[in-house]
Amino acid sequence: MKHEIVEKNVGLLAVLILVAISFGGLAEVVPLFFQKQTTEPVEGLEPLSALELAGRDIYRREGCVSCHSQMIRPFRAETERYGHYSVAGESVYDHNFLWGSKRTGPDLARVGGRYSDDWHRAHMYNPRDVVPESIMPAYPWLFENTLDGEDMAAKMNTLRILGVPYTDEQIESAERDVQGTQEITALIAFLQQLGTVLEGTR
Amino acid sequence: MSNLWGESLSGFWSAWIIIITLGTIAFSGWILFANRRTDKTPDADGNVETTGHAADGIEEYDNALPKWWFQLFVATIIFSLGYLVLYPGLGNFAGILGWSQEGQWEEEVAQAEERFTPIFAQYQEVPIPELARDEAAMQVAERIYQNNCAVCHGSNAQGGYGFPNLTDDDWLYGGEPENILTSLHNGRNGLMPSWQQLGENNIGNLTQYVLSLSGLEHDAESAEQGEATYASVCAACHGPSGTGNQALGAPNLTNDIWLYLAPGQEVAESVRQTLRNGRNGHMPAQASYIGEERVHLVAAYVYSFRLQD
Repeated sequence: MKHEIVEKNVGLLAVLILVAISFGGLAEVVPLFFQKQTTEPVEGLEPLSALELAGRDIYRREGCVSCHSQMIRPFRAETERYGHYSVAGESVYDHNFLWGSKRTGPDLARVGGRYSDDWHRAHMYNPRDVVPESIMPAYPWLFENTLDGEDMAAKMNTLRILGVPYTDEQIESAERDVQGTQEITALIAFLQQLGTVLEGTR
Repeated sequence: MSNLWGESLSGFWSAWIIIITLGTIAFSGWILFANRRTDKTPDADGNVETTGHAADGIEEYDNALPKWWFQLFVATIIFSLGYLVLYPGLGNFAGILGWSQEGQWEEEVAQAEERFTPIFAQYQEVPIPELARDEAAMQVAERIYQNNCAVCHGSNAQGGYGFPNLTDDDWLYGGEPENILTSLHNGRNGLMPSWQQLGENNIGNLTQYVLSLSGLEHDAESAEQGEATYASVCAACHGPSGTGNQALGAPNLTNDIWLYLAPGQEVAESVRQTLRNGRNGHMPAQASYIGEERVHLVAAYVYSFRLQD
Protein backbone atom coordinates (compact mmCIF):
# COMPACT_ATOMS: atom_id res chain seq x y z
CA MET A 1 0.00 0.00 0.00
CA LYS A 2 1.30 3.41 -0.83
CA HIS A 3 2.04 5.35 2.28
CA GLU A 4 0.47 8.38 0.69
CA ILE A 5 -2.97 6.78 0.80
CA VAL A 6 -2.78 6.40 4.58
CA GLU A 7 -1.39 9.88 5.06
CA LYS A 8 -4.13 11.48 3.05
CA ASN A 9 -7.08 9.61 4.60
CA VAL A 10 -7.49 10.52 8.25
CA GLY A 11 -10.27 7.98 8.79
CA LEU A 12 -8.17 5.15 7.39
CA LEU A 13 -5.22 6.34 9.46
CA ALA A 14 -7.34 6.25 12.62
CA VAL A 15 -8.56 2.74 11.86
CA LEU A 16 -5.05 1.48 11.20
CA ILE A 17 -3.76 3.10 14.41
CA LEU A 18 -6.51 1.32 16.32
CA VAL A 19 -5.57 -1.97 14.70
CA ALA A 20 -1.92 -1.41 15.53
CA ILE A 21 -2.47 -0.65 19.23
CA SER A 22 -5.11 -3.33 19.71
CA PHE A 23 -2.48 -6.07 19.48
CA GLY A 24 -1.20 -5.17 22.93
CA GLY A 25 -4.69 -5.48 24.40
CA LEU A 26 -5.38 -8.72 22.55
CA ALA A 27 -2.35 -10.36 24.11
CA GLU A 28 -2.41 -8.74 27.55
CA VAL A 29 -6.05 -8.05 28.38
CA VAL A 30 -8.30 -10.44 26.48
CA PRO A 31 -6.93 -13.71 27.98
CA LEU A 32 -7.68 -12.36 31.50
CA PHE A 33 -11.40 -12.48 30.78
CA PHE A 34 -11.11 -16.24 30.41
CA GLN A 35 -8.90 -16.97 33.40
CA LYS A 36 -10.26 -18.35 36.66
CA GLN A 37 -7.80 -16.25 38.60
CA THR A 38 -9.51 -13.04 37.51
CA THR A 39 -13.09 -14.20 37.06
CA GLU A 40 -13.67 -16.32 40.18
CA PRO A 41 -14.06 -14.76 43.63
CA VAL A 42 -11.67 -15.73 46.40
CA GLU A 43 -13.22 -18.04 48.98
CA GLY A 44 -15.65 -16.25 51.26
CA LEU A 45 -16.08 -13.14 49.13
CA GLU A 46 -19.57 -11.67 49.53
CA PRO A 47 -21.14 -8.87 47.54
CA LEU A 48 -21.26 -5.54 49.40
CA SER A 49 -24.33 -5.12 51.58
CA ALA A 50 -26.71 -2.29 50.73
CA LEU A 51 -25.12 -0.06 53.39
CA GLU A 52 -21.59 -0.89 52.27
CA LEU A 53 -22.57 -0.27 48.67
CA ALA A 54 -23.97 3.13 49.61
CA GLY A 55 -20.67 3.75 51.38
CA ARG A 56 -18.75 2.76 48.29
CA ASP A 57 -20.65 5.35 46.28
CA ILE A 58 -19.80 8.02 48.85
CA TYR A 59 -16.19 6.90 48.58
CA ARG A 60 -16.46 7.45 44.83
CA ARG A 61 -18.37 10.71 45.10
CA GLU A 62 -15.85 12.25 47.48
CA GLY A 63 -12.97 11.19 45.23
CA CYS A 64 -11.18 9.16 47.88
CA VAL A 65 -9.64 7.14 45.05
CA SER A 66 -7.69 10.20 43.92
CA CYS A 67 -5.47 9.99 47.00
CA HIS A 68 -5.90 6.42 48.27
CA SER A 69 -5.10 3.29 46.31
CA GLN A 70 -6.63 -0.09 47.08
CA MET A 71 -3.90 -2.25 45.66
CA ILE A 72 -1.15 -3.78 47.75
CA ARG A 73 1.68 -4.83 45.49
CA PRO A 74 3.78 -7.93 46.17
CA PHE A 75 6.72 -6.09 47.71
CA ARG A 76 7.82 -6.75 51.26
CA ALA A 77 7.75 -3.07 52.12
CA GLU A 78 4.05 -2.99 51.24
CA THR A 79 3.00 -6.30 52.76
CA GLU A 80 4.76 -5.33 56.00
CA ARG A 81 2.73 -2.19 56.24
CA TYR A 82 -0.60 -3.16 54.76
CA GLY A 83 -0.87 -6.94 54.91
CA HIS A 84 -1.14 -9.63 52.26
CA TYR A 85 -0.79 -8.36 48.70
CA SER A 86 -4.02 -7.86 46.78
CA VAL A 87 -5.22 -10.66 44.51
CA ALA A 88 -7.54 -10.39 41.55
CA GLY A 89 -10.17 -12.67 43.06
CA GLU A 90 -10.89 -10.10 45.76
CA SER A 91 -12.12 -7.64 43.16
CA VAL A 92 -14.42 -9.75 41.00
CA TYR A 93 -17.54 -8.08 42.42
CA ASP A 94 -16.13 -4.56 42.04
CA HIS A 95 -17.71 -2.55 39.23
CA ASN A 96 -15.85 -0.35 38.73
CA PHE A 97 -12.55 -0.97 40.45
CA LEU A 98 -11.29 1.48 43.02
CA TRP A 99 -7.71 0.26 42.83
CA GLY A 100 -6.47 3.78 42.19
CA SER A 101 -2.94 4.69 41.22
CA LYS A 102 -2.15 7.56 43.56
CA ARG A 103 -1.01 7.38 47.14
CA THR A 104 -1.10 10.79 48.71
CA GLY A 105 -2.64 8.95 51.65
CA PRO A 106 -2.00 5.32 52.55
CA ASP A 107 -3.33 2.32 50.70
CA LEU A 108 -6.74 1.22 51.96
CA ALA A 109 -6.99 -2.26 50.45
CA ARG A 110 -6.88 -3.86 53.93
CA VAL A 111 -7.96 -1.02 56.17
CA GLY A 112 -11.00 -3.02 57.32
CA GLY A 113 -10.89 -3.68 61.08
CA ARG A 114 -7.64 -1.86 61.47
CA TYR A 115 -9.16 1.09 63.33
CA SER A 116 -12.33 1.46 65.37
CA ASP A 117 -15.51 3.01 63.96
CA ASP A 118 -15.06 5.85 66.45
CA TRP A 119 -11.62 6.51 65.10
CA HIS A 120 -12.95 6.71 61.54
CA ARG A 121 -15.67 9.11 62.64
CA ALA A 122 -13.21 11.37 64.43
CA HIS A 123 -10.78 11.13 61.55
CA MET A 124 -13.33 11.92 58.85
CA TYR A 125 -14.78 14.82 60.84
CA ASN A 126 -11.38 16.41 61.14
CA PRO A 127 -8.29 14.33 60.36
CA ARG A 128 -6.07 16.68 62.39
CA ASP A 129 -7.89 15.70 65.57
CA VAL A 130 -6.34 12.26 65.50
CA VAL A 131 -3.37 12.65 63.16
CA PRO A 132 -1.96 16.16 63.71
CA GLU A 133 0.31 16.06 60.65
CA SER A 134 -2.40 14.83 58.27
CA ILE A 135 -3.13 16.77 55.09
CA MET A 136 -6.39 14.95 54.36
CA PRO A 137 -9.42 17.18 53.89
CA ALA A 138 -12.21 17.09 56.48
CA TYR A 139 -15.61 15.69 55.48
CA PRO A 140 -18.02 17.20 58.02
CA TRP A 141 -21.01 17.07 55.67
CA LEU A 142 -21.02 13.27 55.83
CA PHE A 143 -22.32 13.72 59.38
CA GLU A 144 -25.20 15.92 58.26
CA ASN A 145 -26.35 14.13 55.11
CA THR A 146 -28.53 11.09 55.42
CA LEU A 147 -29.26 8.48 52.78
CA ASP A 148 -32.69 8.15 51.20
CA GLY A 149 -31.85 4.79 49.62
CA GLU A 150 -34.02 5.58 46.62
CA ASP A 151 -31.70 4.29 43.94
CA MET A 152 -30.18 1.42 45.91
CA ALA A 153 -32.37 -1.27 44.34
CA ALA A 154 -31.62 0.00 40.84
CA LYS A 155 -27.90 0.05 41.56
CA MET A 156 -27.95 -3.47 42.90
CA ASN A 157 -29.96 -4.64 39.94
CA THR A 158 -27.39 -3.18 37.60
CA LEU A 159 -24.61 -4.87 39.52
CA ARG A 160 -26.49 -8.14 39.30
CA ILE A 161 -26.60 -7.81 35.52
CA LEU A 162 -22.83 -7.36 35.70
CA GLY A 163 -22.50 -10.62 37.59
CA VAL A 164 -22.68 -9.71 41.28
CA PRO A 165 -24.85 -12.38 42.94
CA TYR A 166 -27.34 -10.24 44.81
CA THR A 167 -30.47 -12.07 45.96
CA ASP A 168 -33.99 -10.80 45.34
CA GLU A 169 -34.43 -10.25 49.09
CA GLN A 170 -31.31 -8.10 49.26
CA ILE A 171 -32.49 -5.93 46.40
CA GLU A 172 -36.00 -5.77 47.76
CA SER A 173 -34.90 -4.57 51.20
CA ALA A 174 -32.05 -2.36 49.99
CA GLU A 175 -33.93 0.91 50.27
CA ARG A 176 -35.13 0.18 53.81
CA ASP A 177 -31.66 -1.04 54.81
CA VAL A 178 -30.01 2.29 54.25
CA GLN A 179 -32.85 4.81 54.56
CA GLY A 180 -32.16 7.52 57.12
CA THR A 181 -28.60 6.38 57.82
CA GLN A 182 -25.90 9.01 58.12
CA GLU A 183 -23.55 9.02 55.15
CA ILE A 184 -20.57 8.65 57.46
CA THR A 185 -22.00 5.38 58.81
CA ALA A 186 -22.29 3.97 55.29
CA LEU A 187 -18.77 5.06 54.38
CA ILE A 188 -17.33 3.48 57.52
CA ALA A 189 -19.27 0.27 56.86
CA PHE A 190 -17.62 0.18 53.43
CA LEU A 191 -14.15 0.87 54.83
CA GLN A 192 -14.46 -1.70 57.62
CA GLN A 193 -14.97 -4.59 55.19
CA LEU A 194 -12.10 -3.69 52.86
CA GLY A 195 -9.65 -6.54 52.45
CA THR A 196 -11.06 -8.62 55.30
CA VAL A 197 -11.73 -11.69 53.16
CA LEU A 198 -8.10 -12.72 52.97
CA GLU A 199 -7.19 -13.73 56.50
CA GLY A 200 -3.71 -14.32 57.73
CA THR A 201 -1.99 -11.11 56.74
CA ARG A 202 1.16 -12.66 58.13
CA MET B 1 -1.81 -18.42 50.11
CA SER B 2 -3.18 -17.86 46.67
CA ASN B 3 -0.59 -16.72 44.22
CA LEU B 4 -0.91 -13.83 41.88
CA TRP B 5 -1.49 -15.37 38.50
CA GLY B 6 -2.55 -18.73 39.70
CA GLU B 7 -2.96 -21.76 37.50
CA SER B 8 -1.41 -21.75 34.09
CA LEU B 9 -3.33 -20.58 31.07
CA SER B 10 -5.13 -23.03 28.90
CA GLY B 11 -3.23 -24.19 25.84
CA PHE B 12 -5.35 -22.04 23.58
CA TRP B 13 -4.71 -18.77 25.41
CA SER B 14 -1.07 -19.61 25.86
CA ALA B 15 -0.75 -20.11 22.11
CA TRP B 16 -2.81 -16.98 21.47
CA ILE B 17 -0.39 -14.85 23.49
CA ILE B 18 2.69 -16.44 21.97
CA ILE B 19 1.44 -16.01 18.42
CA ILE B 20 0.39 -12.39 18.88
CA THR B 21 3.57 -11.46 20.72
CA LEU B 22 6.01 -13.09 18.34
CA GLY B 23 3.88 -12.17 15.33
CA THR B 24 3.93 -8.50 16.29
CA ILE B 25 7.68 -8.54 16.74
CA ALA B 26 8.19 -10.32 13.44
CA PHE B 27 5.82 -7.95 11.66
CA SER B 28 7.59 -4.88 13.03
CA GLY B 29 10.89 -6.35 11.93
CA TRP B 30 9.52 -7.12 8.49
CA ILE B 31 8.21 -3.55 8.06
CA LEU B 32 11.56 -2.19 9.13
CA PHE B 33 13.55 -4.24 6.66
CA ALA B 34 11.03 -4.29 3.81
CA ASN B 35 11.00 -0.52 3.67
CA ARG B 36 14.70 -0.14 4.00
CA ARG B 37 16.27 1.98 1.31
CA THR B 38 19.54 3.63 0.59
CA ASP B 39 20.12 7.30 -0.05
CA LYS B 40 19.46 8.34 -3.64
CA THR B 41 22.64 9.09 -5.50
CA PRO B 42 22.80 12.35 -7.46
CA ASP B 43 22.56 12.01 -11.23
CA ALA B 44 25.12 13.42 -13.63
CA ASP B 45 23.86 16.98 -13.12
CA GLY B 46 24.06 16.71 -9.37
CA ASN B 47 20.26 16.59 -8.96
CA VAL B 48 18.81 14.17 -6.46
CA GLU B 49 15.49 12.49 -6.96
CA THR B 50 12.99 13.70 -4.33
CA THR B 51 9.66 12.37 -3.10
CA GLY B 52 7.92 14.92 -5.24
CA HIS B 53 6.48 16.79 -2.27
CA ALA B 54 7.19 20.49 -2.44
CA ALA B 55 6.19 23.33 -0.20
CA ASP B 56 7.20 26.88 -1.07
CA GLY B 57 9.79 25.41 -3.40
CA ILE B 58 11.37 23.28 -0.73
CA GLU B 59 11.46 19.68 -1.80
CA GLU B 60 11.60 16.57 0.35
CA TYR B 61 14.47 14.15 -0.08
CA ASP B 62 13.66 10.46 -0.10
CA ASN B 63 16.55 9.35 2.11
CA ALA B 64 17.10 6.27 4.21
CA LEU B 65 16.37 6.21 7.91
CA PRO B 66 19.28 7.53 9.94
CA LYS B 67 21.61 4.70 10.74
CA TRP B 68 21.45 5.23 14.54
CA TRP B 69 17.66 5.13 14.44
CA PHE B 70 17.60 1.99 12.37
CA GLN B 71 20.09 0.26 14.61
CA LEU B 72 18.22 1.30 17.72
CA PHE B 73 15.10 -0.31 16.31
CA VAL B 74 16.99 -3.52 15.62
CA ALA B 75 18.37 -3.37 19.14
CA THR B 76 14.90 -3.16 20.66
CA ILE B 77 13.84 -6.23 18.71
CA ILE B 78 16.87 -8.15 19.91
CA PHE B 79 16.24 -6.93 23.48
CA SER B 80 12.61 -8.00 23.43
CA LEU B 81 13.50 -11.49 22.21
CA GLY B 82 16.17 -11.77 24.91
CA TYR B 83 13.66 -10.62 27.51
CA LEU B 84 11.08 -13.16 26.40
CA VAL B 85 13.65 -15.92 26.73
CA LEU B 86 14.69 -14.90 30.25
CA TYR B 87 11.41 -13.70 31.80
CA PRO B 88 7.78 -14.80 31.67
CA GLY B 89 5.94 -13.27 28.73
CA LEU B 90 5.20 -15.98 26.23
CA GLY B 91 2.05 -17.64 27.53
CA ASN B 92 2.92 -20.45 29.90
CA PHE B 93 6.64 -20.30 29.24
CA ALA B 94 8.07 -19.11 32.55
CA GLY B 95 11.39 -17.87 31.19
CA ILE B 96 14.68 -19.59 31.87
CA LEU B 97 15.40 -17.44 34.94
CA GLY B 98 12.24 -18.73 36.60
CA TRP B 99 11.42 -15.22 37.88
CA SER B 100 7.96 -14.46 39.24
CA GLN B 101 6.40 -11.66 41.25
CA GLU B 102 5.52 -13.93 44.15
CA GLY B 103 8.93 -15.52 43.98
CA GLN B 104 10.58 -12.13 44.29
CA TRP B 105 8.31 -11.24 47.20
CA GLU B 106 9.00 -14.52 48.97
CA GLU B 107 12.71 -13.98 48.53
CA GLU B 108 12.49 -10.47 49.99
CA VAL B 109 10.48 -11.73 52.94
CA ALA B 110 12.84 -14.64 53.55
CA GLN B 111 15.84 -12.33 53.53
CA ALA B 112 14.19 -9.98 56.00
CA GLU B 113 13.16 -12.83 58.27
CA GLU B 114 16.65 -14.19 58.33
CA ARG B 115 17.88 -10.79 59.44
CA PHE B 116 15.17 -9.79 61.90
CA THR B 117 13.90 -13.06 63.39
CA PRO B 118 16.90 -13.55 65.72
CA ILE B 119 16.55 -9.97 66.99
CA PHE B 120 12.86 -10.32 67.77
CA ALA B 121 13.37 -13.82 69.21
CA GLN B 122 15.97 -12.44 71.57
CA TYR B 123 13.61 -9.68 72.78
CA GLN B 124 10.79 -12.18 73.11
CA GLU B 125 12.78 -13.95 75.83
CA VAL B 126 13.15 -10.84 77.97
CA PRO B 127 10.41 -10.10 80.53
CA ILE B 128 8.55 -6.88 79.78
CA PRO B 129 9.69 -4.78 82.78
CA GLU B 130 13.28 -5.60 81.93
CA LEU B 131 12.82 -5.07 78.19
CA ALA B 132 11.33 -1.64 78.91
CA ARG B 133 14.76 -0.60 80.22
CA ASP B 134 16.60 -1.80 77.10
CA GLU B 135 17.26 1.33 75.08
CA ALA B 136 17.95 -0.40 71.77
CA ALA B 137 14.79 -2.47 72.10
CA MET B 138 12.75 0.60 72.93
CA GLN B 139 14.03 2.33 69.78
CA VAL B 140 12.72 -0.56 67.72
CA ALA B 141 9.50 -0.59 69.74
CA GLU B 142 8.93 3.11 69.25
CA ARG B 143 9.00 2.67 65.47
CA ILE B 144 6.44 -0.12 65.71
CA TYR B 145 4.33 2.04 68.02
CA GLN B 146 4.49 5.04 65.69
CA ASN B 147 3.53 2.94 62.68
CA ASN B 148 0.65 1.06 64.27
CA CYS B 149 -0.59 2.71 67.45
CA ALA B 150 0.07 6.43 67.09
CA VAL B 151 -2.91 7.05 64.79
CA CYS B 152 -5.22 6.58 67.78
CA HIS B 153 -3.09 7.00 70.90
CA GLY B 154 -1.05 9.86 69.46
CA SER B 155 2.64 10.10 68.64
CA ASN B 156 3.30 11.13 72.26
CA ALA B 157 1.02 8.32 73.53
CA GLN B 158 -1.13 10.82 75.38
CA GLY B 159 -4.27 9.74 73.58
CA GLY B 160 -7.13 11.99 72.65
CA TYR B 161 -10.89 12.17 72.73
CA GLY B 162 -12.00 8.56 73.10
CA PHE B 163 -8.46 7.19 72.92
CA PRO B 164 -6.79 6.45 76.26
CA ASN B 165 -3.68 8.22 77.43
CA LEU B 166 -0.98 5.57 77.86
CA THR B 167 1.45 7.71 79.81
CA ASP B 168 -0.59 8.33 82.97
CA ASP B 169 -1.29 5.95 85.84
CA ASP B 170 -4.96 5.52 85.00
CA TRP B 171 -5.56 2.14 83.38
CA LEU B 172 -8.91 1.00 82.06
CA TYR B 173 -7.87 -2.64 81.85
CA GLY B 174 -4.84 -2.62 84.10
CA GLY B 175 -1.26 -1.57 83.48
CA GLU B 176 0.58 -4.73 84.44
CA PRO B 177 2.57 -6.44 81.66
CA GLU B 178 0.01 -9.21 81.24
CA ASN B 179 -2.86 -6.68 81.05
CA ILE B 180 -1.09 -4.65 78.39
CA LEU B 181 -0.27 -7.82 76.45
CA THR B 182 -3.90 -8.91 76.55
CA SER B 183 -5.10 -5.51 75.36
CA LEU B 184 -2.68 -5.55 72.46
CA HIS B 185 -3.16 -9.17 71.61
CA ASN B 186 -6.94 -9.46 71.67
CA GLY B 187 -8.04 -5.86 71.55
CA ARG B 188 -10.67 -4.43 73.88
CA ASN B 189 -14.35 -3.63 73.63
CA GLY B 190 -15.61 -1.06 76.07
CA LEU B 191 -19.31 -1.22 76.76
CA MET B 192 -21.01 1.53 78.65
CA PRO B 193 -24.74 1.13 78.04
CA SER B 194 -27.04 4.06 77.43
CA TRP B 195 -29.09 5.04 80.54
CA GLN B 196 -31.59 7.15 78.66
CA GLN B 197 -34.40 5.14 80.28
CA LEU B 198 -33.52 6.63 83.67
CA GLY B 199 -34.86 9.96 82.48
CA GLU B 200 -33.19 13.37 82.25
CA ASN B 201 -33.79 14.13 85.90
CA ASN B 202 -31.93 11.06 87.14
CA ILE B 203 -29.19 11.59 84.58
CA GLY B 204 -28.73 15.14 85.86
CA ASN B 205 -28.49 13.94 89.45
CA LEU B 206 -26.10 11.14 88.53
CA THR B 207 -23.93 13.62 86.68
CA GLN B 208 -23.66 15.80 89.78
CA TYR B 209 -22.79 12.74 91.87
CA VAL B 210 -20.07 11.67 89.40
CA LEU B 211 -18.62 15.19 89.53
CA SER B 212 -18.56 14.94 93.31
CA LEU B 213 -16.63 11.66 93.15
CA SER B 214 -13.75 13.47 91.50
CA GLY B 215 -14.06 16.38 93.90
CA LEU B 216 -15.26 18.73 91.17
CA GLU B 217 -17.67 21.58 91.69
CA HIS B 218 -21.18 20.14 91.90
CA ASP B 219 -24.70 20.67 93.17
CA ALA B 220 -24.72 18.94 96.56
CA GLU B 221 -28.46 18.36 96.65
CA SER B 222 -28.63 16.71 93.20
CA ALA B 223 -25.54 14.71 93.98
CA GLU B 224 -27.15 13.32 97.07
CA GLN B 225 -30.17 12.25 95.07
CA GLY B 226 -27.87 10.78 92.43
CA GLU B 227 -26.02 8.69 94.98
CA ALA B 228 -28.91 6.27 95.45
CA THR B 229 -29.28 5.78 91.69
CA TYR B 230 -25.52 5.29 91.44
CA ALA B 231 -25.57 2.55 94.06
CA SER B 232 -28.32 0.63 92.27
CA VAL B 233 -27.30 1.22 88.65
CA CYS B 234 -23.64 2.15 88.29
CA ALA B 235 -21.88 0.57 91.24
CA ALA B 236 -22.04 -2.89 89.67
CA CYS B 237 -19.32 -1.93 87.19
CA HIS B 238 -17.77 1.27 88.54
CA GLY B 239 -17.62 -0.02 92.12
CA PRO B 240 -19.42 1.24 95.20
CA SER B 241 -16.87 4.02 95.71
CA GLY B 242 -16.50 4.78 91.99
CA THR B 243 -12.96 3.50 91.63
CA GLY B 244 -13.84 1.38 88.61
CA ASN B 245 -13.16 -2.23 87.73
CA GLN B 246 -10.24 -3.13 85.52
CA ALA B 247 -11.58 -6.61 84.83
CA LEU B 248 -14.49 -4.98 82.99
CA GLY B 249 -12.66 -1.93 81.75
CA ALA B 250 -14.99 0.26 83.81
CA PRO B 251 -13.17 3.54 84.35
CA ASN B 252 -12.24 4.98 87.70
CA LEU B 253 -14.56 7.96 88.27
CA THR B 254 -12.67 9.44 91.19
CA ASN B 255 -9.45 10.65 89.56
CA ASP B 256 -10.76 13.49 87.35
CA ILE B 257 -9.54 11.77 84.17
CA TRP B 258 -12.17 11.81 81.44
CA LEU B 259 -11.69 9.73 78.32
CA TYR B 260 -14.54 11.41 76.44
CA LEU B 261 -13.88 15.02 77.29
CA ALA B 262 -13.78 16.96 74.04
CA PRO B 263 -11.51 20.02 73.96
CA GLY B 264 -13.33 22.95 75.55
CA GLN B 265 -16.16 20.77 76.81
CA GLU B 266 -17.38 20.89 80.38
CA VAL B 267 -16.99 17.67 82.34
CA ALA B 268 -20.68 17.77 83.29
CA GLU B 269 -21.69 17.87 79.63
CA SER B 270 -19.41 14.97 78.74
CA VAL B 271 -20.71 12.85 81.64
CA ARG B 272 -24.30 13.62 80.66
CA GLN B 273 -23.60 12.55 77.08
CA THR B 274 -22.04 9.33 78.30
CA LEU B 275 -25.04 8.55 80.47
CA ARG B 276 -27.53 9.38 77.76
CA ASN B 277 -25.91 7.60 74.83
CA GLY B 278 -23.47 5.13 76.31
CA ARG B 279 -19.96 4.59 74.96
CA ASN B 280 -18.43 1.82 72.92
CA GLY B 281 -14.69 2.16 72.86
CA HIS B 282 -13.05 -0.39 70.57
CA MET B 283 -9.42 -1.29 70.38
CA PRO B 284 -8.72 -3.64 67.44
CA ALA B 285 -6.69 -6.77 68.18
CA GLN B 286 -3.15 -6.20 67.01
CA ALA B 287 -1.57 -9.66 67.03
CA SER B 288 -2.93 -10.55 63.61
CA TYR B 289 -1.49 -7.34 62.14
CA ILE B 290 1.91 -7.07 63.74
CA GLY B 291 2.58 -10.56 65.11
CA GLU B 292 3.48 -11.88 68.57
CA GLU B 293 7.03 -10.60 68.70
CA ARG B 294 6.10 -7.03 67.90
CA VAL B 295 3.20 -7.13 70.35
CA HIS B 296 5.71 -8.06 73.04
CA LEU B 297 7.96 -5.15 72.12
CA VAL B 298 5.12 -2.63 71.98
CA ALA B 299 3.84 -3.85 75.35
CA ALA B 300 7.26 -3.13 76.79
CA TYR B 301 7.20 0.30 75.13
CA VAL B 302 3.85 1.10 76.71
CA TYR B 303 5.17 -0.20 80.03
CA SER B 304 8.27 1.99 79.71
CA PHE B 305 6.35 5.26 80.11
CA ARG B 306 6.16 4.75 83.87
CA LEU B 307 9.94 4.63 84.02
CA GLN B 308 10.37 8.11 82.58
CA ASP B 309 9.92 11.15 84.75
